[in-house]
Amino acid sequence: MAKQQVVVIGGGLAGLAATMQLAESGVHVTLISMVPVKRSHSVCAQGGINSVNTLTRQQGDTEWKHLDDTVYGGDFLQHQPPVKEMCEWAPRIINLLDRIGVPFNRTPEGLRDQRRFGGTLYKRTAFAGATTGQQMLYALDEQVRRWEAEGMVEKLEYWEFLGPVLDGNGHCRGVVAQDMFSMEMRALRADAVVLATGGCGLVFGRSTNSLICTGGAAGRVYRAGAKYANGEFIQVHPTAIPGTDKLRLMSESARGEGGRVWVPRKPQDNRDPMSIPAAERYYFLEERYPAYGNLVPRDIATREIFDVCVTQDLSVEPGRMCVYLDVTELPGATQKKLDGILEIYEKFQGVDPRHTPMKIFPAVHYSMGGLWVDYERDGNSGGLNLGSPRNQHSNVPGLFVIGEADYQYHGGNRLGANSLLSCVFSGLIVAPTLENWLKSLPRGSAEDQSATLFDGAIDSHKQRMDQLINNQGDENPYKLHTELGDCMTRQVTVVRNNKDLRLAVETIEKIEQRYQHVHLSDRSNWTNQNFSFTRALGDMIVLARVIAKGALLRDECRGVHFKPEFAIPAPQADDPETLRAEARRWCEAFREKNEEWLKSTISRHTADGPDISYEPVDTGLINPRPRTYGLKGAEMIDEVWREMDKGNAAGAAVAESESKT
Amino acid sequence: MSKSFQVKVMRQEKPSSNKHWETFDITYENGMNMTTVLQRIAAAPVTTDHQTTTPVAFDACCLEEVCGACTMVINGRVRQACSALVDKLLDESAGVIELRPMTKFPVVRDLTVNRRAMFDTLKKVKAWVHVDGYHDVGPGPRVSPKQQDTAYPLSRCMTCGCCVEACPQFSDKTSFIGPAAISQAMLFNAHPTGSNDRDDRLAVLTSVGGIADCGNSQNCVKVCPKEIPLTDSIAQAGRDTTFYKLRQWFGR
Repeated sequence: MAKQQVVVIGGGLAGLAATMQLAESGVHVTLISMVPVKRSHSVCAQGGINSVNTLTRQQGDTEWKHLDDTVYGGDFLQHQPPVKEMCEWAPRIINLLDRIGVPFNRTPEGLRDQRRFGGTLYKRTAFAGATTGQQMLYALDEQVRRWEAEGMVEKLEYWEFLGPVLDGNGHCRGVVAQDMFSMEMRALRADAVVLATGGCGLVFGRSTNSLICTGGAAGRVYRAGAKYANGEFIQVHPTAIPGTDKLRLMSESARGEGGRVWVPRKPQDNRDPMSIPAAERYYFLEERYPAYGNLVPRDIATREIFDVCVTQDLSVEPGRMCVYLDVTELPGATQKKLDGILEIYEKFQGVDPRHTPMKIFPAVHYSMGGLWVDYERDGNSGGLNLGSPRNQHSNVPGLFVIGEADYQYHGGNRLGANSLLSCVFSGLIVAPTLENWLKSLPRGSAEDQSATLFDGAIDSHKQRMDQLINNQGDENPYKLHTELGDCMTRQVTVVRNNKDLRLAVETIEKIEQRYQHVHLSDRSNWTNQNFSFTRALGDMIVLARVIAKGALLRDECRGVHFKPEFAIPAPQADDPETLRAEARRWCEAFREKNEEWLKSTISRHTADGPDISYEPVDTGLINPRPRTYGLKGAEMIDEVWREMDKGNAAGAAVAESESKT
Repeated sequence: MSKSFQVKVMRQEKPSSNKHWETFDITYENGMNMTTVLQRIAAAPVTTDHQTTTPVAFDACCLEEVCGACTMVINGRVRQACSALVDKLLDESAGVIELRPMTKFPVVRDLTVNRRAMFDTLKKVKAWVHVDGYHDVGPGPRVSPKQQDTAYPLSRCMTCGCCVEACPQFSDKTSFIGPAAISQAMLFNAHPTGSNDRDDRLAVLTSVGGIADCGNSQNCVKVCPKEIPLTDSIAQAGRDTTFYKLRQWFGR
């Protein structure tokens, strides 16, 4: 029998985890990446990675609670079995990372230190300085380098994935890839292809994502027939440093230590901020949320900053949206604790935030949605049936998806420090899945396929390249990208309404038409980055349509998808009896909303744009319940909901255990 | 009228082509860095003398100085383009900023170079922790905060190439493995499990292209964007290889 071949596309945490685990299992892997894998976007993750640990366990923490926090944080939009399995694997994953040399921070005794992150009561998060993602990526990169030295892995770095090769039955039999230096195209036969190509932040122009996060690879398999799910769920981080090329993250700890958010009351007041007297400053978070002040939950902070700049036009600068995040009033010792992040600001803005308020704005950060993947539930544990060929398998047979590129783990909103976990987890578990898949390949192996299948695939990509390179027109791809990003950022991020979303859908369609007239300024056949970018722009436009249409159709508020016209009005009464009645009406509205909208958005590519349908969500482990943080009457709603929901044992048990913590 | 400045870029179409200079007028923007400048050129690639040209090829990825991709020689100093701010660069050289590719690696096109040799060197020094397998066998070894404080800075090496660019001993004509690889060897030799391969790494460091080729110019530590104590690593490697050789002579 011919040697079986697996191609992994993308060398971030997920791709590397899959590669090293496959290599250990004796499966040869060809790893394709647009950049040397050590430069993948996972390096940008700062905070840490979550797992139940010895310490939290003694405080009553369990894997079940990690599951509960994750699905509650995600507003119950994710299938629960894969999340349960992930949370159970988390302690083992941290141990593995520890063993392969990730320099996690230590306690004086030499144990791993943990910190607390949003959305939980426990210190679950292990971290390595302020660069946990970088340190984890390096450790996995090192493991894969070892397998490369042993001949189990072949890396094709500076190679770009152009598309899957599908046979007449729609099975994935390999990929076409292109050398980004020589522009040579090659078809690689593969019995399984694993896509680990991350998120699509560049669809929004500038984001916290790296330049390679175009969503190009996801767009290419989507166009080839793979389903894309929950595309409209895009997480926006409240505080980032707006840059001319990128929006760099500014950690929440700045507010945690007492940093205050404000804008001048006079629009675009051009005085030195330090000379603006307190009375002329609008501390809008403190005024609007006296109880929480600057430490309102992430989504609320994001929405308010957005509102102040977009709706009220109170942005600090006229041409650029931003508000002040002010740590100048903090005592020196407190500022010192923030040194790490203040240095980032200083380095990139050239301004010392200890003496001048920082200018910050929310930034697109993470895509909860992604390519649809399957899973097989284990009837006994309620988790996954590990090794099932269905796990992480897209609807295209032979094409698997892991990491941020899949839609599986974070539902409507991702908890901090869960992304590194889901990347490594999905990477590790895809290995036994592939082993079983390779044992029983339907309709023979890739080696059995005729050469014409692969030659034809190369030819069609070459044709497309020639066409694009010689395209006649006057549209500038970079300017078109800026327009796309502006439209998506203005209309499809934080606060959504159907009027704007309809406009966005139309605008994107126009951009798609204009893309047909795109003109390349570089027509050479060597290291043509102009071409590579323009090709990816086509995919960004396709994904933009998926995201915008999904958002337009979803008439509710869930997780990060905030559409005020469909929000359930919060109870207003002060009198307990009236409040209870209002809470009951609220809960009934919530139940109706879930009956209608607790479902995954499924998008399929057609010539006329995305075709949207819906699939039910497996919430068999933990019954959905309202997220009431910050709502008036939250306690009453919780109480009423528990009464209404008593029928479901699991839901009641969780609610109960939660009320004890 | 908006402020502008000039950027002079060393260009080279292909590895076999000649190098030549092109100059661009750039409209100044607040907070501008060099990756933005190169993006602006890409969007409107017209030189100062009104010649339409191609976008400048360059590597860039994270744009926050953690990936190492956008390393190039800016105003004569090797550094990352993303964290090189126009304001500061214009203070160094008024009115014009000069960009060149790194000189220690083959130029692919314009400012893009192929740093593959650096990654190959990491294979040579076995820059990894060799574990039994990826199955669950509990936590890793205990590590004191002091050990972690030593390891973490070394572990932040982005393989960007600044240190070897500045190193007088490193070139495509010599076999010196360079400061980054030596420092990585020290990182893994200090790890409780990684130290099992200690002698293999020291053998590499004592062979041709190893520690003996270091000329002690100390340039590396001055240009490292992550302030990695590379010269401390080199000094440590010097001591460890001496003892290693002694052990070899006396048959361990």
